[in-house]
Amino acid sequence: MAATGPRIKLPDTIKAGDVIEVKTLIRHVMETGNRHDKNGKPIPRDIINTFIAKFDGQQVFHAEFGPGISANPYLAFQLRIPGPGTIEITWIDDEGVSVTATSPVMIS
Amino acid sequence: MRERIDIAVLSRRTFIIAGAAAAGLAPFIARADEPAPADTFTQSQDFKQDFARIVGSAKPIEGKVSVDLPETADNGNFVPITIMVDSPMTEADHVKAIHILSTENPHAHVATFRLSPVNAVARVQSRMRLAKTQDVIVLAELSGGEVLMSTTRVKVLIGGCGI
Repeated sequence: MAATGPRIKLPDTIKAGDVIEVKTLIRHVMETGNRHDKNGKPIPRDIINTFIAKFDGQQVFHAEFGPGISANPYLAFQLRIPGPGTIEITWIDDEGVSVTATSPVMIS
Repeated sequence: MRERIDIAVLSRRTFIIAGAAAAGLAPFIARADEPAPADTFTQSQDFKQDFARIVGSAKPIEGKVSVDLPETADNGNFVPITIMVDSPMTEADHVKAIHILSTENPHAHVATFRLSPVNAVARVQSRMRLAKTQDVIVLAELSGGEVLMSTTRVKVLIGGCGI
């Protein structure tokens, strides 16, 4: 199952130099590979294994997930915002399919 | 007369043997009555391998890592976890990576987060699965090569099915 509905949540107001929490969420089954279907056939593993966060093209955070991360993975991390720019989050699954979402950072 | 001596010798020997046997068994009997010590939770082979790979030759230091996990998780499929490492997050002294390991999930490695000074605060939050009651080990790798460690026991009421 492909990942859908990627979301990035930032604070309503951000000033240059602020350390903010970047909250992210995506819909994905995160199938562990340890389950069996009704006929006893193993259900193959299908998880998001990589999470990459960039600010204006520069990597600022990276995560590797195992099957122990819950379905619809939620992840929040901290980031110092130097000024206006764009936050770009990419999720990559076991099949190598990636989903990217972006969110502009407005400075108030 | 002779018969009486024999009986006395025999009974004394029997007494000594019985006494020794009782003394030898006593610790086991006493142990069986005591509640199980707190560290009897097992650690999977997978966990031990991951732990050794991450820690390497470093000696993990307790402290400076605070892990917020529920004491009791009603649903093992969905356990919120917040990790905060006390670090200045400067070029010279920062958290390079945070690892979450489960001691008894079928797959021990839950997640690894890679940080740098741009994060300014070493705090991450996610949601994890726990197959059953077990310890969650969080390891934080510092820029200087030290490894910090935190252990949290979580009681799981309904295990994360098929983790």
